[in-house]
Amino acid sequence: MLQVSHVTKKFGGVKAVDDFSFNVKKGTIHSIIGPNGAGKTTLVNMITGVYKVDSGTVFLDGSDITNLATNKLVHRGVCRTFQHLEICGNLTVIENVMLGFDKYMDKNILRSCFRASSILEDEKRYFKRGMHLLDLIGLADFADFEAKNLSYGILKKLEIIRALATSPEVMLLDEPVAGLNPKETQEVSELIKTVVADELTVILVEHDMKMIMQISDHITVMNFGQKLAEGTPSEIVNNEEVIKAYLGSGALNGK
Amino acid sequence: MIELFGYLLSGVTVGFIYTLVGLGFTVIYNSSGIINFSQGEFVMAGGMSTVFLIYAGLPLGVAFVLAILITSMIGIVLYKLISFSRDSSQISLIILTLGFAIFLRGLAQIIFDKQLHTMPSFVGEGAFEIFETTLSYQALLIMVVASAIVISLYLFFQKTKTGQAMVAASNNVDAAKLMGINIKKILILNFAISAVIASIGGILLTPITSTSYEVGIMLGLKGFCAAIIGGLGTPFGAVAGGLLLGILESLVAGYISSEYKDAVAFVVLLAILFFMPGGIFGNLKSQRV
Amino acid sequence: MLKRYNINNQILLLTGILIIIPFFFQNDFYYEIAILSILNALIVIGLNLLMGYAGQVSLGHGAFAGLGAYISVVLTSNYGLNPLLSIFISVVIMGLLAFIISKPILKLKGHYLAMATLGIGIIINIILEVEEEFTGGVDGMSVDSFVVFGYELSDSIDWYILCAVLLVFAIWAFENLIKSPFGRLLRSIHDSEKAADSVGIDVSYYKSIVFVISVVIATIAGSLYAFFSGFISPQEASFTHSIELVVMVVLGGLGRVYGALFGAVILTVLPQLLTSFEDYETMVFGMIIIAVMIFMPKGIVSLFDKVVKKKEQSNASS
Repeated sequence: MLQVSHVTKKFGGVKAVDDFSFNVKKGTIHSIIGPNGAGKTTLVNMITGVYKVDSGTVFLDGSDITNLATNKLVHRGVCRTFQHLEICGNLTVIENVMLGFDKYMDKNILRSCFRASSILEDEKRYFKRGMHLLDLIGLADFADFEAKNLSYGILKKLEIIRALATSPEVMLLDEPVAGLNPKETQEVSELIKTVVADELTVILVEHDMKMIMQISDHITVMNFGQKLAEGTPSEIVNNEEVIKAYLGSGALNGK
Repeated sequence: MIELFGYLLSGVTVGFIYTLVGLGFTVIYNSSGIINFSQGEFVMAGGMSTVFLIYAGLPLGVAFVLAILITSMIGIVLYKLISFSRDSSQISLIILTLGFAIFLRGLAQIIFDKQLHTMPSFVGEGAFEIFETTLSYQALLIMVVASAIVISLYLFFQKTKTGQAMVAASNNVDAAKLMGINIKKILILNFAISAVIASIGGILLTPITSTSYEVGIMLGLKGFCAAIIGGLGTPFGAVAGGLLLGILESLVAGYISSEYKDAVAFVVLLAILFFMPGGIFGNLKSQRV
Repeated sequence: MLKRYNINNQILLLTGILIIIPFFFQNDFYYEIAILSILNALIVIGLNLLMGYAGQVSLGHGAFAGLGAYISVVLTSNYGLNPLLSIFISVVIMGLLAFIISKPILKLKGHYLAMATLGIGIIINIILEVEEEFTGGVDGMSVDSFVVFGYELSDSIDWYILCAVLLVFAIWAFENLIKSPFGRLLRSIHDSEKAADSVGIDVSYYKSIVFVISVVIATIAGSLYAFFSGFISPQEASFTHSIELVVMVVLGGLGRVYGALFGAVILTVLPQLLTSFEDYETMVFGMIIIAVMIFMPKGIVSLFDKVVKKKEQSNASS
């Protein structure tokens, strides 16, 4: 599905990501873990075109998507969320979700000014679809709330739902449960699992080991911009190198 | 050749004034992140107050000191107004300082008048002769005083305790607060210093180009251009930007078209913004996602 | 969401007011102020789209309006084109110009964007002052009368009707635009460009489009004002005029269509009232700007919000 091969990114003289390669299989949840500063977010930013790669390529279903801008990637079926919330605070919850449908909507200026029927129909259709998505995560009651008035936990979920609305084939989630309490973390895990049930491919960057071990099909471990290990959750837990990198933290068992 | 040398000399003279205005911008911007659109009016206030204090019969020296004091008070008033504002978004603050500039211009119309004023050079009307070109005493004075201000500002911010505290405070407001540095006092001091620099520029300039209630608009904008051309926030950049601007203007006026002289600053500004957004000496900070 | 009925109520109210106020006009001067207010409001509605929704400051819109007006006027007066055709050509030229300069300009942010637009504005102003051959220089030039389909608009009432109709139409169209997917897209750019980008919105393209729209509207309004007043000078394109327009946007309320109207009317009428203060005019104007920024940074329309909210609360509790 997604092939990242030999990508490198330097900041100044420091190689944040160094000749890194990995493959993501269709329909799986592929997690990328590693200590702070290992280059995980840089990797996501390179795949999604936020940073230009210094060298290397990214392929989606065999076609080259290297250095394609984030907004262009959405039209190719690749969508992402952010480590730090990027929600439109002055828009309502439902409007944020409808924003996810943006690429399907009629945005002709003249038709918009004259309230053409195509505009009104689009609004109605995607309002319904948006409400349906909100129903899935139990946020329908908050639909008309301005996003800035809602809790961090709700907004984290909203961001995933908004990404989902773009109907991607690959979704990159950058620390979707950072800063959430155990209950909220569980809810987001469930959400990601249901997303995958729809035959979506997920690339997950996370620190929460318990969640990673629960939902990942495949794990790539990063350290100092390089690949440390790769395998299924059970393989990773028993990998000597990985245990060394996380020395004594016991993090791998989710404690 | 002689012609060129003459243009360069007059360019450098004006360039030093732009430098002073640009430095004023830089001092406030570095400490508060605010672009002060009334910087040019500070220059005007310095020049006009001096002229009218001299009309009132005060001796030159006293007039200078009083004018500088008055302008620094104006700077502090602006700081007070900004600190009252309930909204600190960039656009609101830009408009607030624009409003203050309009207010000062209006005030100058009332307190002073709408005429052009000049005053005699305070170092005599004579001139040096260098390579068959004349350099008036006043022009030389501008160069000397402006250089002295640049150097003393540098020494103040780099070598004195107060100066270092001010730099530290603007770099990290929270840390400075924790260390017990009084941010408010530092900001007031910055606004006052900025106004003092501007007023000295205004006083120095008056014998050469004369002054009126509305000279501040162009001077302020060009000083701002100087600051951005050099790299907003870098004091050395303001000096380089100011001199470059002065020289280019003088050359364009001399060789191409005196009518388009005023456009030079803005053409250079756009070129810099489009092709070197960090300015000549600025460094671009990369954004983290 | 789909609360569209509100728009029509407000539009009706606005239309009613526009029909009624001429009955209180005692002479042509009143019409003049009303027309100028409306034309300023048009420019400000466009500028508000740029500032309030797309979040981009422009300190050069006075100059764009002025340049657009000059192009229309020169085409009509010097080349004998029909005024409507002139305005159309001017719109095309200014639209293209805006699109071209929007690319490098809108990459800039905050202060830098403000300075770039200001710089372009001042360069335009200087060109208009220097190229006397075409523009009449600093003293300006007179403008041919506005003849459309053989009918000459000369009476103030004709102009008032034309401008009023344009205003009602513009507000209606803009309210629709803002409530459409296009409007939501703009608001999302204002809130978070990253969020907009992440759902597939080409942020820089839409910023350019909005910039072009605002310049086109400024061109139309500026041109109409030149034909109405029969005279044009570089003053129209001055830095001061650009500042006035920005203050109108902020005074009315960023991102509020009706705010633009309030801001434009107040700042057009106010200086007329202040002329009796003569020399104090500039100072008082400055004081007003400062006071607004300190006490009402969200604009005048925000005051109405409070009233409405209170009403809603009392309704809910009763």
